[in-house]
Amino acid sequence: MASVSDIPKPFVKPKLGRDDWMQRGFMAMIAIYLIVALAMPLYAMLSKAFSTYTFDLSLYEVQVSDKDGNFNAPAKTLLALNNALDPKPIKRLSTSNTGRKGVTKLFPDFSFRSPVKYRFRGIDENAVYIVGSKRFTGPDWQELDSNTFRRVVIRPTRDVGLSNFVTYFSTPSLFQSIQNSLLIAAISTVITVSLAFWFAYALARSTMRFKGFFRMVAMMPILVPSLLPGIALIYMFGKQGFLNGLLMGQSIYGPIGIVIGSVFFTFPHAMIIIATALSISDARLYEASVSLKASRWKTFWTVTIPGARYGLFSAAFVVFNLVITDFGLPKVIGGKFNMLAVDIYKQVIGQQNFEMGAVVSVVLLVPAVLAFAIDRQVQKKQVALLSARSVVFEPKPDRKYDRIFLIYSSLVALFIVGIIAVCQFAAVIKFWPYDLSLSLNNYDFDRMDGGGWGSYKNSLLLALLTAIIGTVVVFLGGYMVEKTKGFAKGRALFQALAMLPMAIPGMVLGLSYIFFFNNPDNPLNFIYGTMIILVVSTVTHFYTVSHLTAITALKQMDTEFESVSQSLKQPFYKLFWRVTVPVSMPAILNISIYLFVNAMTTVSAVVFLYSTNTALASVAVLNMDDAGDIAPAAAMGMMIFYTNAGARILHALASRRLLKRSEAWRKGG
Amino acid sequence: MLDDTQNIYLRIENLWKKFGNFVALQEISLDVVEGEFLCFLGPSGCGKTTLLRAIAGLDLQTSGTVEQAGKDVSNLPPAERDFGIVFQSYALFPNLTIKKNISYGLENAKMPKAEINARVRELLEMVGLPEQGDKYPAQLSGGQQQRIALARAIASKPGLLLLDEPLSALDAKVRVFLRHEIKELQRQLGVTTVMVTHDQEEALSMADRIVVMNHGTIEQVGSPLEIYRDPASLFVADFIGAMNQMPAKAQPEGVRAGAAPLFCTHKFPHGAPVIATIRPEDIIPTAEPGQNALETQIVSMEFLGSFFRAILSSRALGDIELMADFSINAVRRLHLAAGQSLMVQLPPDRIKVFEGGK
Repeated sequence: MASVSDIPKPFVKPKLGRDDWMQRGFMAMIAIYLIVALAMPLYAMLSKAFSTYTFDLSLYEVQVSDKDGNFNAPAKTLLALNNALDPKPIKRLSTSNTGRKGVTKLFPDFSFRSPVKYRFRGIDENAVYIVGSKRFTGPDWQELDSNTFRRVVIRPTRDVGLSNFVTYFSTPSLFQSIQNSLLIAAISTVITVSLAFWFAYALARSTMRFKGFFRMVAMMPILVPSLLPGIALIYMFGKQGFLNGLLMGQSIYGPIGIVIGSVFFTFPHAMIIIATALSISDARLYEASVSLKASRWKTFWTVTIPGARYGLFSAAFVVFNLVITDFGLPKVIGGKFNMLAVDIYKQVIGQQNFEMGAVVSVVLLVPAVLAFAIDRQVQKKQVALLSARSVVFEPKPDRKYDRIFLIYSSLVALFIVGIIAVCQFAAVIKFWPYDLSLSLNNYDFDRMDGGGWGSYKNSLLLALLTAIIGTVVVFLGGYMVEKTKGFAKGRALFQALAMLPMAIPGMVLGLSYIFFFNNPDNPLNFIYGTMIILVVSTVTHFYTVSHLTAITALKQMDTEFESVSQSLKQPFYKLFWRVTVPVSMPAILNISIYLFVNAMTTVSAVVFLYSTNTALASVAVLNMDDAGDIAPAAAMGMMIFYTNAGARILHALASRRLLKRSEAWRKGG
Repeated sequence: MLDDTQNIYLRIENLWKKFGNFVALQEISLDVVEGEFLCFLGPSGCGKTTLLRAIAGLDLQTSGTVEQAGKDVSNLPPAERDFGIVFQSYALFPNLTIKKNISYGLENAKMPKAEINARVRELLEMVGLPEQGDKYPAQLSGGQQQRIALARAIASKPGLLLLDEPLSALDAKVRVFLRHEIKELQRQLGVTTVMVTHDQEEALSMADRIVVMNHGTIEQVGSPLEIYRDPASLFVADFIGAMNQMPAKAQPEGVRAGAAPLFCTHKFPHGAPVIATIRPEDIIPTAEPGQNALETQIVSMEFLGSFFRAILSSRALGDIELMADFSINAVRRLHLAAGQSLMVQLPPDRIKVFEGGK
C-alpha cells in the first residue's frame, strides 16, 4: 500500500470560485461576530480575574536639591523613603488598574512654594508616572520644581497571578456562596428531575385525558422571567402571605424560596428532555418484556429507566446549570442567603469591585462548564440509542394507573398555573392585603421606578431585533458550518465557538461585556449603553441552542444539493434562498420564537448592560421588586407573560399555515 | 484498446488522493473516449466514488491532473467545469416542482422563458414522464425521481454525464428497467458518461468499457467481454462473475493442482506457487478421458433458474471443490444428480493462471 509520502508533488491547489469567496466572506463575518461578541469579552474578563495592580515603590527614584537648586544629596527610591518614615505615609499598595498615587506625602517638609527642586525617574520602562497630564517612563531624569512635583503621580504595575483568588477564598462571606450554590442546585435538580420524569412518563405512557392541556401548562414557565415565581412566593409565603402558616415559622426568603422557584422555572426544560428520551424508546422492548411475563415494576426498571437514562442525566445537568447560573430568582427571594450569581451582581453593582466580580465569575464558570461538558458527552450517547427501526410505543388504557397519573399531573399543573395565577392576582389587586378590590393601577408603570412603559417597549424591541438578527446570524452560521466545503479548520473553530455560549452563565457574559466594551480604548466602545449591545449580548447568550436547532435541520437535508447546484452552475445563494431556507422554515421559526421569548425574559446578561434609555421590562421587574413595588413588579412580569404567550400563539399559527402550504412536497401522496 | 480515430474527451493523469493519512487513490491514469459509457466498478471503499468526485471537482484530488475536452480543469471548482451529475439519493429539491427542478440550471443561462419551457417539456418526454411536471418529487416513485434527476443533469447539454450509483436505491425490477433506459438515452445523446457502481451486472450490461478498481488503484480497463474473458488479475477474476480457484504449482506445460496435471499456458517458472482459475460455465462434461479430463463426484446440485450449478469433488484435486454450470438440457440428457460420478474436461484455453499466495 502506498503511503501519503509517496504522493508526487506538486499538490493541486484549488482555484477558489466566486461561491468559495463569498462563503468565506460570510463565514469570516460570523466568526468575527463570535470572536468579538464572545471570545474577546471572555478573555478580558479572565485577564481581569487574574490581574492585580500594585504600586511598586522600588521602581522610582527621586533626588532632592538644596535651596539653591544644587543636587548634592544622593537619589533614593520611593520605597526607601517610605520605609524611613514611621508611620509609613503609603500603607495600601494594592489598587485597581486605574489607581494613581501622589508622592509628595513621602516628603514631610514638602511645600509647593519651596525653591527646592526635584529630579524624578523610573528605574526602567516598567515604571510609569504622570506629571500633570503627560506620561513618562524609563530612566531619564525629569527635573521639576516644587509646584510641578506635587502633580507627579505614579501608576500601578500589573501582576498576573492568583492573588485575587487568595483574597476570595480567605473571605468566608464570599466562598460560602460556592457551597450554597452547589447545594441549592443539587436539591433543585433532584426535585425537578423527579417531578418532570413522572410528568413526562404520564404523558408518554398513560392514556390519561387532557394530555394536550398538560403539555401546554408544562411549557408556561418558559414564558416568564425566572424571578417571577419569587414574586408569587412572596405573595403566598411572605410576611403577609396568605399561606404563610404552611411554612411553620420558616422564612420563604432563602433556600426554601429559591428551591421552589427553581423547580418552577426549570421544570419545562427537564420535561422536554425526558419526554424526548421516553418517546424514542422502542415498543418492541416492551412487547418482549410483556411476553416474558415481567411485572410492570420489573419492566419499569429493566426497560424504561435504562432507555431513558441518558435523558435523565441530560435533564439533571441542564437543570443544575440553569439553577446555579440563575440570578433573578435568588436576587428576589434569596434574602441574606448568598449565591454565586448574585455575588457577581453585588460585587459589581453594589461595591464596584470589578476584579472580585470577575473572580466570582471564574468560580461560577467551573461548575457551569463542567455540567455543560458532561451533558454534551451524554447527549452524544443518546443519539446513538436512536434506531431507525424503533417502533413507537402505544400505551394501552389502564383505569387505575391512568387515574393516578391524572391526579399527579393535575397537581403539577396546579403548582405551575397557581404560581402564575398568584402573580396575575397580585397584579390586579389594589393594595395587598388591605384593599383587595381590583384595579389596573399596578400597570401604571410610568409612576414607578424601573423605566415605566418605556422599558416594556424596549423589551419588545429587543425581543424583535434579537429574533430577527439572531435568526439570520445563527442560520447563516449554521449553514456555513454544515454545508460548505474546504476551510475545515475554520469551520471546526467556528463550531467550537458556537457551542461556547451554552457554558457561559449570563452574569459572566454581561460582566465580560462591561470589561470589553466599556474600555475607552475599544473602537466598539460606542455601542456601550445602547440597544445594540443588548441585542448582541442576547443573541450571543442564546446562540448555542439556536445553532444546534439550525444544524439539526440542515443535517436532515441531502448533502448533495450543493453538489447538484454547483454542477448546474448556479450560485450557492440561489440554492440557499430557493431550497435551503424554505425547507428549513419550521426550524427557522423555532429559532426565532426561542430567541424572542428568551430576550423578553432574560435578566442575567442585560442587567449589567442596560442604560437609562434602554431599560428593559425584565430588569424593571427586578428593580421594582428591589424598590418594594412588588405588585407592579408582578404586573410587569405578567406583561412579559402575555407578550410571550401571544408570540407563541402567533408562532403556532404561522407554523400550521406553513405546514399546510408545504404539505404537498413534505409528505407527498 | 483505443485507436487513433477516437477522440479522448477526458484524460486523467497520475491522480492521487489522500484523506488524512489514508491514500484513497494512487497513480490513477485513464483516458475516456468521447461519447463512450465508462463504468467504475469495485467493492465499497475502492475509491471509485472518490475518483468520480475528483473528476467533478467536488472533492479535489491531492495531486495529478484532469483534462476535459483538451482543457486542464484540475483545480477548477465544479461550477467552472462542464458536467451533469446524478446521485444515488436523487437529490431533487423537495420544495420545487418537477418542472422547476429540471429548469433549475437553465434559468440564468439567459434563455428565454418559452425556450426553457420547451426544453423542459422535451426532457420530460425524453425520460418518459411528460405528465408529471407539476408534481413535487415526493409524489413520484423512486424510479421516476431518478429519471427526473437524470433530466435535470442533462438539461443544459453538458459534455460529461456523471452517475454516482444511480440505481442502487431502487428495487431490483425498476433497476433492470432503468438500466436499459439510461443506456438508451446515453446512446441517443452521445454524451460521454462515467458511472460508478458496485454492481457488476449493472456494469457489464451498461458499459462500453469498465474500469475495475481495488484499494485505490485500477486493476483493469477493458470492454465487459475482455474483463470477463480475460481478467488481468485474480482480484478481477474473482470480483466479476463466479470463478473456481485452484492453488497449484507451475509446471513447464501447465500446472499441477493437487495430484492433477492441468495443461494450460502461463508465464510462471517451474515450481512457482500459482492459482489456476476457470469459470463454472467453462467446465464441460465429457465422455472419455483425455487432456485435462477429471473423474469427479457430484456433491450437490442447485437450480439457479436458467441453469444448474453443481459442486464437484475429485480425488485428483484433493480438498478443492469445483463449481460447474450445466444447462438444463445437459442435466436432462446426462441424467445428472447429486451422488453421481461425472467425467468433466477443463479446456486448457479456458484456464487462467495467476500468481499464487505466499
